[in-house]
Amino acid sequence: MSDSRLSRSASPLTEFREGVLTTLPAIAAAVPFAVLIGALAVDKGLSVVESGLMSALVFAGASQFVALEGWTAPAPWLALCLTALAVNMRHGLMSVSLVRRLERFPCWSHPVVLFFMVDEIWAFAEARAARRPLTPAFYAGLVTFFYCAWVAGTLAGAALGGMLPEPKAFGLDFTFIAIFVVLILGFRARPGFVLTILASAGVAVTVDLLWPGPWSIMAGALAGILAAAFGPRGRAA
Amino acid sequence: MSIDPDTLLGILAMAVATVACRLVGLLLPAGIEWRGRLAAGLEAMPPAVLAAIIAPTLLATGWAETLAGAAVVVAAWRLPMTAVIGVGILGAAGFRYLLA
Repeated sequence: MSDSRLSRSASPLTEFREGVLTTLPAIAAAVPFAVLIGALAVDKGLSVVESGLMSALVFAGASQFVALEGWTAPAPWLALCLTALAVNMRHGLMSVSLVRRLERFPCWSHPVVLFFMVDEIWAFAEARAARRPLTPAFYAGLVTFFYCAWVAGTLAGAALGGMLPEPKAFGLDFTFIAIFVVLILGFRARPGFVLTILASAGVAVTVDLLWPGPWSIMAGALAGILAAAFGPRGRAA
Repeated sequence: MSIDPDTLLGILAMAVATVACRLVGLLLPAGIEWRGRLAAGLEAMPPAVLAAIIAPTLLATGWAETLAGAAVVVAAWRLPMTAVIGVGILGAAGFRYLLA
């Protein structure tokens, strides 16, 4: 990383470029999944325009997958709403954390920032904020190409249809795993880190085994947060 | 190239639910003081959420995922992001092929 040569007052253009570069691996990994979602949507009877519209408005891969796998016509809007709520509940936690990092953002931009807050973008933003102030230019760099690639990938998948291979067969889903592991380890100097990870992973796995579905993420995350809040502290007791 | 009203309603319902989740942070009163246990819990949020997202895939899916995950964790200790991603993709594809 070229972090050290950047002064605190890096120009917006530099910050934007840093954001774009940070998110490139995630874009490379997200596009095959966007393509898959587009193909799945068309397979379930959505038009190309509708598929693109879903990616543009919902912009949440996991919940789009879950929704499309159970898609029926006419679309059951209440069930879809509840599914999206359950799968994306973790974003509530993420937004509570991210909002504290937005001191340099004008107030009106906060809802816009949060609209684009998918897992990867949030994780990159948090990792950045742990080292230096988060700027609007950096965040815009994270979002711009990622969002466009997501929508474009969906449209491409919808247009091409079901003749595409499954990205999991090539291990592409592990791009996200690798990114998240690197970002998790970036926080390892924090007090209570090991306890947080053990509690979070342990509860997430247990809940997932007992009750497969979206709940494991919320349960695990809350367990990790509680462990950090109420466990023994590394610093003064 | 049409938009079916029911499908549009379904998409909008998903969008509203997703945005509602993402805007939760705005409900917090301004100038709230993060101290003590509250601060410790918040500071732990990024790794806690990320670990909860990936743990079921790594530990409760199958041996291929667990082994590839272990390789990723070891690699992430030393290597830069792109190399770790390479280890992850090769590990997952390789172990899934071998153990399929």
